[in-house]
Amino acid sequence: MPDATLVACLDCDLLQRIPEVPAGASVRCPRCNKELWRHKPDSYNRTFALTVAALVLYLIANTVPMLGLHAVGREAFTTVVGGAQQLWHDGQELVAMLVLFAAVISPALQIGFLLAILIGCRRERPPFWVGLLLRHLEFTRTWSMIEVMLLGVLVALTKIADYAHVILGTALFALFALVFLLAAIQSTFDPREVWERVEWAETEALPPANKKSSAEVVS
Amino acid sequence: MSALNPTALEQGLQSCHGCGLLSRPADGAEEGRCPRCDEDLHFRKPKSLERTLAYLMAAAACYIPANLLPVMITNTSKGSESDTIMQGVVLLWSPTGWPLSIIVLFASIMIPSAKILALLYLVISVKRGSIKNNSQRVRLYRMVEIIGRWSMVDVFVDTFTVALIQLQPLMSVEPGPGLLFFAAVVVLTMLAVESFDPRLIWDSANAQEIQDEVPNA
Repeated sequence: MPDATLVACLDCDLLQRIPEVPAGASVRCPRCNKELWRHKPDSYNRTFALTVAALVLYLIANTVPMLGLHAVGREAFTTVVGGAQQLWHDGQELVAMLVLFAAVISPALQIGFLLAILIGCRRERPPFWVGLLLRHLEFTRTWSMIEVMLLGVLVALTKIADYAHVILGTALFALFALVFLLAAIQSTFDPREVWERVEWAETEALPPANKKSSAEVVS
Repeated sequence: MSALNPTALEQGLQSCHGCGLLSRPADGAEEGRCPRCDEDLHFRKPKSLERTLAYLMAAAACYIPANLLPVMITNTSKGSESDTIMQGVVLLWSPTGWPLSIIVLFASIMIPSAKILALLYLVISVKRGSIKNNSQRVRLYRMVEIIGRWSMVDVFVDTFTVALIQLQPLMSVEPGPGLLFFAAVVVLTMLAVESFDPRLIWDSANAQEIQDEVPNA
């Protein structure tokens, strides 16, 4: 097995060893100060609990109304998907798709991938697909923008409040809580722990070149 | 070989962007795949500077119509009125709404332009082989990476304003042609950030170190 404590910083390529640190402490690159690893205690159980809660909130947030408007004797409600639908209807198909992707699809993938990864990790040796999902988790995180959307909602409400009475829906509160849950997941989930156990893509013995490399650098 | 700051590249090792595993490409083979997670391996992100620059130029081109064209059109019985992003900021300015007005000003106008300029500076400084301010430059890159997503705010503001104000025939709001360009600026700058490889910032300094050490050896 190659030595997993030897790493290169992804921001400056400096070769270094990751030392064992107490729970809660982090390891930073001495040259560029990038956080290379943070020892997160009880990562699996905490992340699992938070992710299940996030799933529930996500389902609520996308099924019940988020915002309502009461004006001139009429009431109108919308959900996140409804917002994208209206844009599509008004001829802004691309922007509608972007909104749907950033506010609905990416968060769903993020939560779904995490749940699958955690379930896969119950095995002694998590199967290869766990790694496949984990490798794409960062992408879903980059494009999941619920916190940005909530700020946008706040600004829109301030604008609209001049004309009409605004009704805050249950989904809005669910989304608000979801933002905090996703941030909490970020601080409890330790991908390195998963990578250390996951099944390798190359299941046969490691190529000799690889073995040599670890042996060479270890000295 | 630099003894002071050994890098993976100098040792012929590549780290996987998917899982962080360090490995050596098989003899004779170039780059290849990660034996653990099967990700494509590269010593550096392929064509990083070229791709970053291409995205930046596209973003800069979209930035102009994004700011000049209206992003929202309000139809009332009295006629229709269109607002650009800047007009939206001015409209929000009120005794109670001014903090939000400043947030939108930052998120929609300052951040996208600052992002384009910051990345342009990084690309140019790497191209010129600069070895100065490496720590500050990598910090600038991380800041751009973290703050960049917030410029999406205006897209969401317009989405929900449009979705809610549909009180035909009294008043309705529809998205304007500037919205597409604005969304394009946000996406293109995010792709530019993603394409840039911060390790390039350090490569010139590494090369310099090696040169400096040769006489001593």
